[in-house]
Amino acid sequence: MIEAHDSLIVRSAGKLLIPLSQLFALYVLFFGQYGPGGGFAGGVILGTSFLLAVLVLGPQAPPCRLAHQLEHGDGIGLMIFVGVGGLCLIGGGTFLDYSNLQIPGWNDEERRSLGIVLTQIGVAADIAVTALSIVFSLGQHHSQEASHE
Amino acid sequence: MMDWFEIALVILLITTAVGVIRVKTLISAVLILACYSFLMAVVWAQLGAVDVAFVEAVVGAGLSTVLFLLTLFRARAKDTQLRRTPTPLVALLGLPLLGFVLLYAIAPLYPDGQDGQPLRPASTHVADAYLQESYKATKTPNVVTAVLMDYRAFDTLIETGVIFTAGIACALLLRSHSE
Repeated sequence: MIEAHDSLIVRSAGKLLIPLSQLFALYVLFFGQYGPGGGFAGGVILGTSFLLAVLVLGPQAPPCRLAHQLEHGDGIGLMIFVGVGGLCLIGGGTFLDYSNLQIPGWNDEERRSLGIVLTQIGVAADIAVTALSIVFSLGQHHSQEASHE
Repeated sequence: MMDWFEIALVILLITTAVGVIRVKTLISAVLILACYSFLMAVVWAQLGAVDVAFVEAVVGAGLSTVLFLLTLFRARAKDTQLRRTPTPLVALLGLPLLGFVLLYAIAPLYPDGQDGQPLRPASTHVADAYLQESYKATKTPNVVTAVLMDYRAFDTLIETGVIFTAGIACALLLRSHSE
């Protein structure tokens, strides 16, 4: 099912749109502190931009091989989130209380702000990889069945 | 307070919702559901919940549609056609009654105060504290992000865990045949 699209128009538009949507995903992720957006929306956009690459350019194209590599990173997002929570424990803080992140010279507000950014990156990574993983699971099974028939 | 835009929005929402359950093929149902999600995103934005609108547009209209379509492409053609049986009388009478009971049950949540807004339970407990304190405490102008990622970080952590588990479960179920 998943192979390069026939139409030149679709492939050219895809080559233009895929980097743009990835850039937009990063913007949404890091702008989440100042406006609508954040880890969830940014992660989904990042995941779907790779899906667009897979559907338009086919499984042999570099972005798709990168997406397959990313699939091995399932759980890294959750690990970042829990890891940031665990770093807060150093020096006698409580879990996920970002004001206990030990950064000399920073006051509590800046530490909390940093903690929010880091955990959002974790959420985005988790969701992007999960979206890719589910779609690859669906596609893989189909191609197997098709080859049997 | 209902202007023409909101009326048009509600009519479109109801039309698409009825359309989803009336169409004969699953693929049209999926596409109409995407339209419904997009209209819901407009409704959220209209109500001032921009973050929810963003996620609804991205997840509801975007990713879930892709997942539904990929699932349908896997299915055989005859499985995506629907034969609808006529609705039983019990459901026709009972479901509106149930809706009425639910609306009656939440009526105390919306007291007839000045516009109802400040008296709602949702607006009387911690909402004010979040609005006034969150920027000073977290240096994050977007209150939704501050609440989601700092005040309710445990919720978000476990939610992330749920999504991770869902991904693992899908991979286990769908890839179990490919040795």
